[in-house]
Amino acid sequence: MKKALWLAVVALGALAFAQGKVIKIATVSPLSGEQAALGEMIKLGAQLAIEEAQPEFEKLGFKLELAPQDDQANPDVGVAVARRLVTDPEILAIVGHLNTGVAIPSSEVYKDYQLPMVSPANTGPAVTDRCYLDIDRLVGRDDVQGPAGATFAVKTLGAKRIFIIHDKTTYGQGIAEQFKKRALELGAQVVGFTGTEEKSNFQALILQMKAKRPDFVYFGGIYNQGAVLLKQMRERGIKATFMGPDGLDSSKFVEIAGQAAKGVYYTTVAGPIDQYPKAKAMAKKFEEKFGKAPESFAIYGYDSANVIIKALKNFISYAHRAPTRAELSMLIRQTTLEGVTGHVEFDYKGDRKQADYFVVHLEEAKYPGKVVKVISFPAPATKCKAIR
Amino acid sequence: MLEVLIQLLPSVLLEGLILGFVYAMIALGYTMVYGVLELINFAHSEIFMSGAVAGAETFILLKGAIANPFILLALAILIGGTVAAIVAILVERLAYRPLRKRGTTNRLVPLITAIGASFFLQDLVRLIEGLWHNAFYRRYPSFEVFEATYTLPNLLGSLIILLTLWLVFWVVAYFFYWIYRTVTRTQGISRKASRGLWIAALVLTLLSAVIYRTTIFGDLGLTIQMKSILVVVISFAMLYGLNWLVHRTKLGIAIRAVAQDAQTASLMGIDPDVIITYTFLIGGFLGGVAGVLFGLLYTLVHPYVGFIPGIKAFTAAVLGGIGNITGAAIGGLVLGMLEMLGGTYLTFLTNGAMGTEYKDILAFAILIFILLFRPQGIMGEQVGEKV
Amino acid sequence: MKKLFQNSAFLSLLIAASAVIFGYWLLENPRSTLAFLLTLGALLAAFMLDIPKWLKVLVGGAILLLVIPWAGFKNSFLFELGVQTGIYAAMALGLNVVVGLAGLLDLGYAAFFAVGAYTWAIFGSKQANQFMPWHIFPLPGAYFYLFMLVAVVMAALTGVIIGSPALRLRGDYLAIVTLGLGEMVRVLANNLDHPINITNGPQGITPIQRPPIDWFIALFDKFGIHMSRAEAYPLFFYFLVLVIIGIVTLVNIRLDRSRFGRAWIAIREDEVAARAMGIPLLPTKLLAFATGASFSGAMGALFAAKQLYVSPESFTLIQSIMILVMVILGGMGSIPGAILGAATVTILNVDLLKTASDYLNDLRNAGFVLDLGIFKYNFANLPNQLEPAKYERMVFGLIMILMMIYRPEGIIPERRHVAEMKEKE
Repeated sequence: MKKALWLAVVALGALAFAQGKVIKIATVSPLSGEQAALGEMIKLGAQLAIEEAQPEFEKLGFKLELAPQDDQANPDVGVAVARRLVTDPEILAIVGHLNTGVAIPSSEVYKDYQLPMVSPANTGPAVTDRCYLDIDRLVGRDDVQGPAGATFAVKTLGAKRIFIIHDKTTYGQGIAEQFKKRALELGAQVVGFTGTEEKSNFQALILQMKAKRPDFVYFGGIYNQGAVLLKQMRERGIKATFMGPDGLDSSKFVEIAGQAAKGVYYTTVAGPIDQYPKAKAMAKKFEEKFGKAPESFAIYGYDSANVIIKALKNFISYAHRAPTRAELSMLIRQTTLEGVTGHVEFDYKGDRKQADYFVVHLEEAKYPGKVVKVISFPAPATKCKAIR
Repeated sequence: MLEVLIQLLPSVLLEGLILGFVYAMIALGYTMVYGVLELINFAHSEIFMSGAVAGAETFILLKGAIANPFILLALAILIGGTVAAIVAILVERLAYRPLRKRGTTNRLVPLITAIGASFFLQDLVRLIEGLWHNAFYRRYPSFEVFEATYTLPNLLGSLIILLTLWLVFWVVAYFFYWIYRTVTRTQGISRKASRGLWIAALVLTLLSAVIYRTTIFGDLGLTIQMKSILVVVISFAMLYGLNWLVHRTKLGIAIRAVAQDAQTASLMGIDPDVIITYTFLIGGFLGGVAGVLFGLLYTLVHPYVGFIPGIKAFTAAVLGGIGNITGAAIGGLVLGMLEMLGGTYLTFLTNGAMGTEYKDILAFAILIFILLFRPQGIMGEQVGEKV
Repeated sequence: MKKLFQNSAFLSLLIAASAVIFGYWLLENPRSTLAFLLTLGALLAAFMLDIPKWLKVLVGGAILLLVIPWAGFKNSFLFELGVQTGIYAAMALGLNVVVGLAGLLDLGYAAFFAVGAYTWAIFGSKQANQFMPWHIFPLPGAYFYLFMLVAVVMAALTGVIIGSPALRLRGDYLAIVTLGLGEMVRVLANNLDHPINITNGPQGITPIQRPPIDWFIALFDKFGIHMSRAEAYPLFFYFLVLVIIGIVTLVNIRLDRSRFGRAWIAIREDEVAARAMGIPLLPTKLLAFATGASFSGAMGALFAAKQLYVSPESFTLIQSIMILVMVILGGMGSIPGAILGAATVTILNVDLLKTASDYLNDLRNAGFVLDLGIFKYNFANLPNQLEPAKYERMVFGLIMILMMIYRPEGIIPERRHVAEMKEKE
């Protein structure tokens, strides 16, 4: 026992002192809880990018490290984690979060400390619409994704009577409202619009559907709720087409919904790997390293980390020292990268200049589905009043 | 719109009935412990949850080995119930008994312990599941036999609609009569008036049946799944079995004796500690079985799944009269139906302003209402407070 | 040896010395959790042990007003910790009135916190424009102080509204009903975005105005300390919380010794006897409920200003339970106990559990192998699920069970309470 203790102490000491100049990049995403499947992909994607870059940084005289954090998909935990992260001087940049509702309050903290955050998954417009210098994002926005989904639903699939359900989160309600707005504009009828926190028993909603006879159901939310809802809908004989946003983009969705997943459509901002020629090599490495295939946000986590790494490298090779957080923030905004998700370039408020949106169809109850439509769309402009 | 609502009624009541049976089984655990110990066993929702999780594990582990889904279900019920019963007994041994032995008179002390046990168990199960699978959401596998859907004859649905309408009209008529009586200050209710009321309700029902005949006798689309039938059958058997156990066996008599007066019972040669253990065992087993059935119905279970059903089942127990076994069953059924009615119809009644999201509040509102105006519940008797 | 520790002079010396040493250590290593804990330990010892009063004040003042702010400049997390502790301490003091003094178990206490937070959040942001004419919102930050009072009134009113049906019930029913009502407030906050948008529902309200602090920055400028706005706010909130805690404690002490305090304790000890002595049950209980609620409401307003973001997810049952755990840990009815309980639980929850998680994370990332001869464990295989920070419920639950079984009167028991808790039938 004593020996073990000593060993532990020595190891701790080694951890603390042996590394001279350490640069840490933190990932913040849900690693536990219902949304862990999505959150872990962000972490693993970033981990791969960081481990690839480590030898290069060693040559430059730095040790690059990953600090994975868990926000449990809860805004309070997210803010608490953010407040801890900003006080660690070694942490220079954040890759995160998964949930818009967590990202918004947390990024208020990052902004105060000029700590750059690159988001691989937040689609809520408000994330970048606040025009913070330190917040960038790699993925598209809900005010494009939602309307794109509605356009596809009404024009391509011919939806007429639409029942919209959301999960009462910032993300789910936000995108459901965007969807509703466009669907109404296109002349479809919205027969129901309701939020629910329920996770297991959706019968009351399903009975409402029976009364309103929709031919199309849109669910704004995450797979763990959507899949259960879908399964119970099918069990009760509701045959309406089911569609959702990128929150459904996980193999777990199919796992939970089972055969009911067949025929589902979802829009996503993170296309399946086969959409990106460059991602194949990365996917192979990913699978070798972690023993599972990269899903949805993994390549975005990878690219997010790579944008940061590129900015860091540029600075270090020029200035021969680690940048301050503020310097890194400025640099990331100006960095361009030929990433696995295509050309990465940010606009004045931190949105990606040209983002891709996909409509995916699960023809069989198997993940990933088939991409039926790709839309490339520039980020909508926002008036930025004052910066910082 | 009204026609659709009427058409929906049988489905709503059927779903409410199924949900109600689950609540009833959980409610029994609360009511039995309360009857014997006068303690709200806050941890009972977690006992329910551990049964649900254990059932899921059984299904997942044995799915490959045993092909027959019915045997699998029986095993899951057995194991889920047993695990829950063990958890219940452990909670009693480790958390409640030391307090009883110390003889605390403060009512808050055992209640706080119970809340603590509830929270502790949630994370304990999460820890175990997390270390085991690195994930704590468990999915109940689906079997074709259980998923099979049967269409019920429309006649049955029509009958349900007619009966419900009759009941509703009766209650409404009674209400107006009550107002009339209050205004005119007459006492009591005459037999003639009472007969007049139900006949009036019947006439109204028949009248509306004629007006809405296409709706009421049309295609109602009343479907039920095999697993829902199983849930109803199994819970009914369990409830009946419990009733028999409490009223017809020696153990049952001993439990009732301890509930009435533990000290006197111990003079009669009954060891209250043993009886209390049995109470927790029975309540826990039923809770665990309810957990397995819950998982079977609603697919996904996790360590925090117990909280809401637990609170609702407690409401059901209070609604039926806490401490009363038949009351708990009736309370569960009533609450299940009210919840389903509220959850479905609230949107229509308020034109979308209030929707399904308020259905959880409904249970709380009922709880407060009952506690304020009829604390003894539907079946309970007025018991004077012990001083 | 034993005699030495009873010697006041020696104790004073020991405490002063440890305060200086640990305080210096914290200043040198502001990120060291151990130094921070030891400093707080010195503070606690100064308070608990029998030493001259002037020394208590000196040590307390030095640590709270000098060492922690100073160290906080280098590690602003200390401010976050301090402010959160303060917020929870004030709420624990409020709940202490309800649970500790009046003996009413309230499981929906976070509801009042929510009322306070939303009071300022709605009017201190653009949100109020949604349902109010004039379009004058957000109100300027200076209104914050006024709205702290408004929040107090609103929370007290909510306390009366919730309390008047609930308080007619017996002890254990009261607990469940307050739990239900607390949950109701959260669900309402979550759903009142339609038909009229009052709370903005799950989207939450952001950004929220903060009290102006130009005078505060200018004040420090005079002493040669220059701060940016982002640096000044944590310090400002820290001092604000200290002031509020001071006020709340004073009010609590006065209440405890007042006619009402004695009436509450009488009800807690024996309702029937209290009624026989002519204490009106319901009004007295309602007063306790409203008083407790008002503390929580004030802290809610402060929380909204500090957090800049308010959403229903911050007011769940676990919050209410956490505050209850603080009261139980410290000792029901005991004022210093409530503060100690709040500090312990907050530091445990916000700092220690997370530090332990980070430590495990580091071990996992480094692939550290624990070698016990026969037993080898590679930390790289450690599951993600095993992080102490995720098991706050387990920790709270354990504290509740163990305290009830082994020390129901709490760490710093209220003198009057000990007798009852240990009573035998």
